[in-house]
Amino acid sequence: MQLEYFLILAAALFCVGIYGLVTSRNVIRVLMSIELMLNAVNLNLMAFSNYLDPAEIKGQVFAVFVITIAAAEAAVGLAIVLSIYRNRDTVDMEQFNLLKW
Amino acid sequence: MNLAEGVQLVSTGILGVFMLAAALGVVLLSNIVYSAFLLGMVFISISGLYILLNAGFVAAAQVLVYVGAVNILILFGIMLVNKREDFKPVANAWIGKAATGAVCLGLFSLLSSMVLATPWQLSTAEPAGEAAVEIIGMHFFSDFLLPFELASVLLLMALVGAIILARREYVPDDEPENEQKVLTLRERPRELVPTGGEPSEN
Repeated sequence: MQLEYFLILAAALFCVGIYGLVTSRNVIRVLMSIELMLNAVNLNLMAFSNYLDPAEIKGQVFAVFVITIAAAEAAVGLAIVLSIYRNRDTVDMEQFNLLKW
Repeated sequence: MNLAEGVQLVSTGILGVFMLAAALGVVLLSNIVYSAFLLGMVFISISGLYILLNAGFVAAAQVLVYVGAVNILILFGIMLVNKREDFKPVANAWIGKAATGAVCLGLFSLLSSMVLATPWQLSTAEPAGEAAVEIIGMHFFSDFLLPFELASVLLLMALVGAIILARREYVPDDEPENEQKVLTLRERPRELVPTGGEPSEN
């Protein structure tokens, strides 16, 4: 029964992340929501690795890869936010109309 | 249920409640600095959950990378774009929020019903426990060697890309002739920002 608890926790965290990603207006909060979603995926991987594959723990290897990608994503994302802020002088998602039709 | 299982269950519950409450705080609070600190709490709770899942190494990596690097990076980002602006209210914003909430609740109910309905084939093998670090290292240098090397290249690319993106762009109007060439990244000279104490214009 333990595996289901972790999976449901991860699903709840993922849904909170999606809600924040869609509704928040501050760009930095959008980046934080992306981090929440990545962590939910990691929690899933670790739960599967512990309960379905405890001897070879490939899930932990994948979780380490996901952590690496998340760190790179945060760095590049914040750099993009800084450069947009310098050009447009705002952090409001609704006012970024670059790359919109 | 023996004592160890009870302790495990109770700590799972406490950490899960902490994690979800902090995640909701990250998304819903209006002050973004509180959100950043609550994000650190989410990361620490998740690392506790990893320890409950017999993964000490990844729990340590989680604290090091997320709390130590990503969260600090986000705090620096908040400080660098520290603009106290009141966002212009968008007409009928509540429709979007309600629709998103409905979609998220629907997704959650779908996922949880799937999780509860699936007959998981739980393995009975002995968990790796303390030997996990060695097994992860073996994986890294045998069957996951290519992704491992690609990850290092990706980190290097992210490093260079972040520096290039965040640098102030420099457009040389006229190349200075007799200036000594030094190997530095050219930047646009920064505008002088009035410091605190004197009243600012806006």
